[in-house]
Amino acid sequence: MALGTEEGEDSRNHLPVISPLGTASDTFLWWFQGVAELTPSWCAEWLRSGRPRAGVTMAAGVAAWLPFARAAAIGWMPVANCPMPLAPADKNKRQDELIVLNVSGRRFQTWRTTLERYPDTLLGSTEKEFFFNEDTKEYFFDRDPEVFRCVLNFYRTGKLHYPRYECISAYDDELAFYGILPEIIGDCCYEEYKDRKRENAERLMDDNDSENNQESMPSLSFRQTMWRAFENPHTSTLALVFYYVTGFFIAVSVITNVVETVPCGTVPGSKELPCGERYSVAFFCLDTACVMIFTVEYLLRLFAAPSRYRFIRSVMSIIDVVAIMPYYIGLVMTNNEDVSGAFVTLRVFRVFRIFKFSRHSQGLRILGYTLKSCASELGFLLFSLTMAIIIFATVMFYAEKGSSASKFTSIPASFWYTIVTMTTLGYGDMVPKTIAGKIFGSICSLSGVLVIALPVPVIVSNFSRIYHQNQRADKRRAQKKARLARIRVAKTGSSNAYLHSKRNGLLNEALELMGTPEEEHMGKTASLIESQHHHLLHCLEKTTGLSYLVDDPLLSVRTSTIKNHEFIDEQMFEQNCMESSMQNYPSTRSPSLSSHPGLTTTCCSRRSKKTTHLPNSNLPATRLRSMQELSTIHIQGSEQPSLTTSRSSLNLKADDGLRPNCKTSQITTAIISIPTPPALTPEGESRPPPASPGPNTNIPSIASNVVKVSAL
Amino acid sequence: MSSCSKRCKLGFVKFAQTIFKLITGTLSKDKIEDELEMTMVCYRPEGLEQLEAQTNFTKRELQVLYRGFKNECPSGAVNEETFKQIYAQFFPHGDASMYAHYLFHAFDTTQTGSVKFEDFVTALSILLRGTVHEKLRWTFNLYDINKDGYINKEEMMDIVKAIYDMMGKYTYPVLKEDTPRQHVDVFFQKMDKNKDGIVTLDEFLESCQEDDNIMRSLQLFQNVM
Repeated sequence: MALGTEEGEDSRNHLPVISPLGTASDTFLWWFQGVAELTPSWCAEWLRSGRPRAGVTMAAGVAAWLPFARAAAIGWMPVANCPMPLAPADKNKRQDELIVLNVSGRRFQTWRTTLERYPDTLLGSTEKEFFFNEDTKEYFFDRDPEVFRCVLNFYRTGKLHYPRYECISAYDDELAFYGILPEIIGDCCYEEYKDRKRENAERLMDDNDSENNQESMPSLSFRQTMWRAFENPHTSTLALVFYYVTGFFIAVSVITNVVETVPCGTVPGSKELPCGERYSVAFFCLDTACVMIFTVEYLLRLFAAPSRYRFIRSVMSIIDVVAIMPYYIGLVMTNNEDVSGAFVTLRVFRVFRIFKFSRHSQGLRILGYTLKSCASELGFLLFSLTMAIIIFATVMFYAEKGSSASKFTSIPASFWYTIVTMTTLGYGDMVPKTIAGKIFGSICSLSGVLVIALPVPVIVSNFSRIYHQNQRADKRRAQKKARLARIRVAKTGSSNAYLHSKRNGLLNEALELMGTPEEEHMGKTASLIESQHHHLLHCLEKTTGLSYLVDDPLLSVRTSTIKNHEFIDEQMFEQNCMESSMQNYPSTRSPSLSSHPGLTTTCCSRRSKKTTHLPNSNLPATRLRSMQELSTIHIQGSEQPSLTTSRSSLNLKADDGLRPNCKTSQITTAIISIPTPPALTPEGESRPPPASPGPNTNIPSIASNVVKVSAL
Repeated sequence: MSSCSKRCKLGFVKFAQTIFKLITGTLSKDKIEDELEMTMVCYRPEGLEQLEAQTNFTKRELQVLYRGFKNECPSGAVNEETFKQIYAQFFPHGDASMYAHYLFHAFDTTQTGSVKFEDFVTALSILLRGTVHEKLRWTFNLYDINKDGYINKEEMMDIVKAIYDMMGKYTYPVLKEDTPRQHVDVFFQKMDKNKDGIVTLDEFLESCQEDDNIMRSLQLFQNVM
């Protein structure tokens, strides 16, 4: 049945049952099976209860039987007293036809009515008409054919399955595309789906968490900084120091507690004393020092905690308190005979200091987390052990009752024997002497092994899962830095691409004005999408009157006519330049002028297709001068400091090298002004550039045109 | 005594078998294998041409019907449980099991306990494409639960109660205790011409043909396929 049967569920959860054969352990096994049998069905029921039952109004197969149900309604007619309502007319009654669904080249065919079983999905509604291809008379979907197979099977059988080899997010995307709710996934695959989804969510959450941690929050209050320092010792050196100091003192304290009790050699005239009593003052001082440190640490944490109430309730803080309390209580209480016993007991709590190590050790934390997550298995283990102990202890007691001088004096006394036997310790202090006792004793040890071995793999697998998750998280965190760096480089690359093509575009416009249609587009052949994207960015710039200035002071110069946005951070500029020089990118922005000739060399030398080696030192000065003049002429209203203009000129100069064609280069230079062909750059430099017109006569007009163009 | 010893012997043999299986580790395997064998029985209908000749459906319609039938019952035959479940899905608020039970027995003309595709299609053919006479006859057969040729008041009560059960508990106006009884009385008044307490086929046919409402409603499902 498409909607799922209720009766099928019980058989699914049925475990093979061994009928009780009479022996105690087998009865126990049988009981155990019963318990195990109950649990999954309860769990399964609980799991299933939350899901909507087949989120569609009527399932597939049932719709096919509607004609039958309607026909059977004729049986009511003679009984009816009143006339029947009119039947709905089936207006567009078509013959059932085959539909071809072309999914990325793989053709699927199905009946139209099959798809129409679920009218609230993409394939079942008229939404699929949007994908209809008139030429081939088929529906074309540019999606994954593997997942489509599952989707189509859902229409055919009414059950949605989740293929195990498929990535969970890819599958979710496909389901969302086809308008199918994941809740409809059949019971056979639902748990697997949910498990994978939960795993994925945990992983993403891990990523987000570590991301959030890595972000440097701009302004943190002192309290928040301190809290962060406590939680992540790697954030600052002070935190690290604090971390190690506390760790050291915890170790000292624990070792002190241990050594205190070691017998330390005899003082002449008295019996052997433990070290604690012999050097009581020294130990007391050590203890005091440790407790001081712990107290200070606890108070600092309390102060820094964002939510003090929650901090006080947390496990670690309780451990802290329990670790230092005995000392204070010992101080407060006098050396009274009555309470000294209690005082001694309190000293036991000092051993809790060792748990403070869990802040320092991730392994301990994982262990603790595992035990917490396996609480149900552990509880079950404990419970079943208790039952077994009681049973066997009773049996052993009555079996050994007959023998004389038996150590099994009572049932609780037999508990000790049972525990020791079931855990295969076998101290040998209590041993059965009768034959019956020995038989039951051996059965007891056999069943003990079984009972303990059963829940252990569950705990182990849980631990392994959590441990590996942690390892993965650590690895991801380590790789994150490299990943982020690469992503950042790619991002700047794309913005560089835009700026570069913008310049290209401007040049091309200039070319068109010039009327040289045979001029090819320079630089990289940008894809259509790229060029459209750049056009879009350009439009935005024009709308707002601002410009992207990540790298290009050349372009930024132009905007200065309208707004002052070019006071670029020199450092940032250099940094960007450095990054951009790292890419295999033909045109990089020229280096900044500021006293980094090294940069200049790299950028220029990379472009040394031309054989001329520019004397870099000379470059700046001449350029500066020349550019200064021209820039003032060509770019009106610019209140730019000469620095930027010269940078821009450098920029342009550098670009000249790229232009193999002389004509374009001339125009290029005319824009800002040095009217020299690239190959002759050195000459061009030496020649003091004429004011605005260059050797080319038509340059001024072009220049003015260009200036118009260039002035954003 | 002999039967007791026989049973003991049987029990002992079974016990020995269980011990043997326990030792060899094959204790629980048999059940599943047995079950598998049972479900593999499959019915196949006669050829398409024959069915087309026997019923009033075209080939295409038969194909569509068979596809839906096979989808729901891959083994080729519907048993009463499945029949009830299918029918119950159209009436989620009430309890359609009794009416489905009567329907099943009306479909299952040979009383084999399962409705095969031929039975299914034959009945549908009568209901959707048959003459008025055939339809009424089929309905009479439905009402006649014990198939003795007569409808008596108890049978009619059962049918009417089953129909009212399909409505469920939450109706407006709330179903009163004797409404079905009244309904049956009205029916019998109309149908039982000679007032002998039972309705024969002829009485039924005659009465229905006199009633315009019934005639009109019989034509209601002409265009279902």
